[in-house]
Amino acid sequence: MGIEILGLPLMYYIAMVVKVLVAFVFVLLTVAYATYAERKIIGHMQVRLGPMRTGWHGLLQPIADGVKLFFKEEIIPSQASTFAFLIAPLIALIPAFITFAVIPFGGTIEIAGYKIPLQVAAYYDTAAGQVFDVNVGVLYVLAMSSLGVYGIVLAGWASNSKYSLMGGLRASAQMISYELSAGLSIIAVFMLSGTLSLTKIVELQSGLGGFEWYIFKQPLAAFIFFICSLAEINRTPFDLPEAETELVSGFCTEYSSMKYAMFFMAEYANMVTVCALTATLFLGGWNGPLATAIPLLGPVYFVAKVYFLMFACMWIRATLPRYRYDQLMHLGWKVFIPVALLNIVVTGIIGFFI
Amino acid sequence: METLFFLIITLVAIISAILVVTCKNPINSALSLIMTFFCLATYYVMLDAPFMAAVQVMVYAGAIMVLMVFTIMLLNIRVDSSKKHSHKLVLGSIIGFFTLVNTLFILFKSKAAMPNGPYSGEVIKKLGHTELVGKEIFTNFLLPFEITSILLLVAIVGAVILAKKKI
Repeated sequence: MGIEILGLPLMYYIAMVVKVLVAFVFVLLTVAYATYAERKIIGHMQVRLGPMRTGWHGLLQPIADGVKLFFKEEIIPSQASTFAFLIAPLIALIPAFITFAVIPFGGTIEIAGYKIPLQVAAYYDTAAGQVFDVNVGVLYVLAMSSLGVYGIVLAGWASNSKYSLMGGLRASAQMISYELSAGLSIIAVFMLSGTLSLTKIVELQSGLGGFEWYIFKQPLAAFIFFICSLAEINRTPFDLPEAETELVSGFCTEYSSMKYAMFFMAEYANMVTVCALTATLFLGGWNGPLATAIPLLGPVYFVAKVYFLMFACMWIRATLPRYRYDQLMHLGWKVFIPVALLNIVVTGIIGFFI
Repeated sequence: METLFFLIITLVAIISAILVVTCKNPINSALSLIMTFFCLATYYVMLDAPFMAAVQVMVYAGAIMVLMVFTIMLLNIRVDSSKKHSHKLVLGSIIGFFTLVNTLFILFKSKAAMPNGPYSGEVIKKLGHTELVGKEIFTNFLLPFEITSILLLVAIVGAVILAKKKI
């Protein structure tokens, strides 16, 4: 059918480009307005109004912030290691965005007789009659998030300043510790699903009218995963790498202008990805009532779940104070890892008898 | 298409591998090493072994290299100040040459050159790479797997004893 390039129909390439653009623009817009939403939500929770001056109720604030950061002076400290200093924001930003490639944001839709799965790194094989995606999707996400650490560590080291170095050290220790318990808590999900592919994990949660979510079977794993993810992306109450009361601004103290904006974007893009992954693994992804009958409802449910989890992140930030460093390590190594291991054992025993 | 992709990745891998040994700054060397690991992961993807690729990035590029960078940061080594020694260059070239001969021998003369075991490419594609690795580790290779786990446990206990003053 139609024109073929390298053995694949033209529609395949068009669908791919469109999916990449849609996912990218979605993450970018969400990142921009998450900064606004965060200030607004925390403002109202603390009985303030938040940004009000730029546009109606401050709606143009993200654009104003972007323009301001774009036109700021670029400063590279004279004692900094220039190459690492320049490349660190990029290393932080790129993994944050490419993680989104494997997350399914909807079911399979059909355009002009060509079936398109709503997931960037997936295609529908007409000959085999099924969707092929990255069959180690979850591991890909974990691998990419472990690369994101380098951005922060390098930024801390390359700035050649005490505050930055402390921030970088704290960040690397914290992220390595919490990656472990996050990974261990997902294993319980794999034991239920028997697959690492995110498409299949979402399909397995489609029973009971779209409400057979893994959070009901694995509430403990869901809780541990979400909390550990918060720690991994340095959100409050685990934002020790940039604790402004002790470290000025932590690893990004010496950064200015667009490079600072990149760290900022990476932080919020990571938040979007973590919320999307939690929604996919535990909240049924794009599943919901009637989602299989009307394919376009899938993305709506997915976005609603992601935004709800992001709201929860901001709520936590407005509510909880920051952890002390030894408490943070105690929580990660002595509480979450044993509990996650116990969860695996219990899941295994129950799974053996059912 | 795949050949072209392979060539590009190989070029990047070789350049970053050279940078690992030529960079003056240890952090830049570490970064190049991460790049090399990443290229190796790409090879695994091209060989239909996505699980190996993910583990390669997660364990080598993600975990081990973070510890390396962490150590370099803590010791705060800025620039390698050791003088150049010509005998190191000679020794390195000899070792490199023998490694190359060894690799070529394994590729063309040894058993590995003839993949006629039970798991050919078609079987792996049908059963799934990840499933196969899991099944083999927990059935046929259970003993080596358990021995490795005990070895790692001993290493962890040893590290704790070395690091802790009071136990």
